[in-house]
Amino acid sequence: MVVRTSSTRDQIRVVSAKKGLKATVAEIYSRRELLVFMVKKELSTKYRNSTMGFAWSMLNPAFMLAVWYFVFSYVMRNGIPDFVVYLMGGLVAWNFFAVSLQSASSAVIENAGLVNKVSFPREILALAKVGQAMVFFVLQLIVLALTMLIIQFTPNFGQLYLLVPAMIDLIVFTSALCILASALNVFYRDIQHFLEVLLFGWFFGAPIVYSFTGNLVSGLSRYHVLIFYLSDPMAVIVMTFDRVLYGKANVINNGAIVHVLPNYSTDWFLAVLGVVFLGSMLLLIIAIKVFSKLEVNFAEEL
Amino acid sequence: MISVSIEGVSKRFRLPDQRFNSLKERVMHFGKVPYHEFWALKDIDLEIQEGTTTGLLGRNGSGKSTLLKCIAGILQPTNGQIVVKGRLASMLELGSGFHPDLSGRDNVYLNASLLGFTKKDIDVRFDSIVEFAELSEFIDSQVKHYSSGMYARLGFAVAVNVDPDILLVDEVLAVGDEAFQNKCMDRIKQFQAEGRTIILVTHGTDQVRQVCDYAAVLSKGILVYKGDSLESIRSYRDILVNDANSEEAAHVAATSETTDDTADKTREDSEHPPLDLGNAKSSSALERFVEVTSVAFRNKMGEKINSIPSGESLSVEFGYNSKNINEDLFSVFSIYTVRGETVYQNYLRDELYSILTLGEKGIIKFDIEQLPLLDGTFKVSLGLYDSQNRCVFLRDSLDSFSVTNPTKNTGFVNIIVKPAVEIDN
Repeated sequence: MVVRTSSTRDQIRVVSAKKGLKATVAEIYSRRELLVFMVKKELSTKYRNSTMGFAWSMLNPAFMLAVWYFVFSYVMRNGIPDFVVYLMGGLVAWNFFAVSLQSASSAVIENAGLVNKVSFPREILALAKVGQAMVFFVLQLIVLALTMLIIQFTPNFGQLYLLVPAMIDLIVFTSALCILASALNVFYRDIQHFLEVLLFGWFFGAPIVYSFTGNLVSGLSRYHVLIFYLSDPMAVIVMTFDRVLYGKANVINNGAIVHVLPNYSTDWFLAVLGVVFLGSMLLLIIAIKVFSKLEVNFAEEL
Repeated sequence: MISVSIEGVSKRFRLPDQRFNSLKERVMHFGKVPYHEFWALKDIDLEIQEGTTTGLLGRNGSGKSTLLKCIAGILQPTNGQIVVKGRLASMLELGSGFHPDLSGRDNVYLNASLLGFTKKDIDVRFDSIVEFAELSEFIDSQVKHYSSGMYARLGFAVAVNVDPDILLVDEVLAVGDEAFQNKCMDRIKQFQAEGRTIILVTHGTDQVRQVCDYAAVLSKGILVYKGDSLESIRSYRDILVNDANSEEAAHVAATSETTDDTADKTREDSEHPPLDLGNAKSSSALERFVEVTSVAFRNKMGEKINSIPSGESLSVEFGYNSKNINEDLFSVFSIYTVRGETVYQNYLRDELYSILTLGEKGIIKFDIEQLPLLDGTFKVSLGLYDSQNRCVFLRDSLDSFSVTNPTKNTGFVNIIVKPAVEIDN
């Protein structure tokens, strides 16, 4: 028997090509439960039919970490003590960004069946990929925490609060690019391939496998490009993560002082993160606008 | 109250002449992809009242599915807007949101959530969904192991159990076995009884007759008729006849050039001129034109009547003008109830009875001996087809007659039933 609820009877929906930003955001927010279901779907289908299942989402970064660690600690020594923590501190943030963007670029295309048959805010398809990456992010943080426990490493608890603005920036920036890429890729399928190359290069634009000190900074300053380096939101976010999780600006290694992290103050970090936030919000607004404009022709292109 | 208001809606599709999806190809064409425009909908205005069932009729490619997708919010109109009041569930393709690797249970939640329902809504209805789909045993297996029937059942169950105010149905009632189809029809009738709004896309006129209160007829993206469902069927038939004629006209025009003033005159004079849809008109198409000028019901004394007692003889006479002189035509004579159920229809290719040869003017007469109908009002319709099966004339619900019932029996048909009892010793 069908139970009738009267609460929803007054809801009014307007279908039109001209949809405002506010209406779009309100619609996405009102369907947040769908986002949760979509993330669950992504997670439960990703490792379906593999013997190790969900364990892959932790094993994968652990293996990757082991390889990076081996390369930079034994083959190409970079002299950073406790390199495993330094590396992973930046890598968790980067992985969240890269995995989201890579998978979101094809999000609309791979759900063509849904896009053509069911009505819902399509931005959710891209956001579900961000949500999925968020789950992996948390799992990787757990791997990092376990690693810290094992090697008895103490993070910079005093500045833990810096992670809050860094996380917000990371989520907003990633979501903006994911929404943009998922829509553009419907019309230009090159985007997803282009992103692979771009992300590979971008990876080295942020201080993840090397430290942002010494020769690098003086080199960047000499050519007046330091500002460009720091206007990469990912560089700033990765530096913040390292600042909190690795914590030590100068480390004594075999009797020599090694500069690992820049000596910027927490105020500097807060200010830069604030600028990144404003820029990311602007990008997010542009992304939603572009998406709304392109969305009209999705059904025809797919 | 109006539950769906379609205001000046147009939809343009850009069909690229070739697919240019890569950046390289776009750059080579300086960002301009050669395409031609195609207006699938042109300035549609339609209001759908709450609690009514409306059919969208039209040939393939008439834009009816595009309109339904616009109402559902899947496509966005190029111009105009659609205001939808209330919760809407669409059945454009049953189970279209299902993921093969998820279990039936997970898919129910995902699908209902896609349709816009909260987890709490679904929790309340989950059992009735599973019960309706008759899948309680399999609800936790992956849907990729389901048969297509099970798939469709689950999809339908979700769509109808999530308590929509407005239900959009796109020819999905044609899937599944007969039992499932009946179940769907029952559910739709229950929906009607509960005062919900239903919009149904179909090209089956029987379905419109049976379920729809109103209908809108689309042809080439233009709304050509809106209103009473039986009238709309007539309008739809006009399009079919007209299109068939114009297709042939185009064919004939390629081989000969003819103009005929009288043919055009006939067309203007006729009681129901075929809709002008801007097609090429040729006299040869109009030469194949028959019109019915009058309908009369007569009893066995030859008196004109509107009602007749059950069991008496009835003649139905159609007065006609014809351009198809001395040509064998096949006739289809049908009797419908006012609700649109077919009571009788003869087989088109019945060589003995259905062939008629018409003169320029006269009467086509159908004699019915001992009318077996019980009380009710019945409509008659007539169709005429030439030997190549092309429709020359087709008109639904030309006129109606009523049957009075002198007995106390009820039903459609008087069947002579003799009760008897045998007692075992």
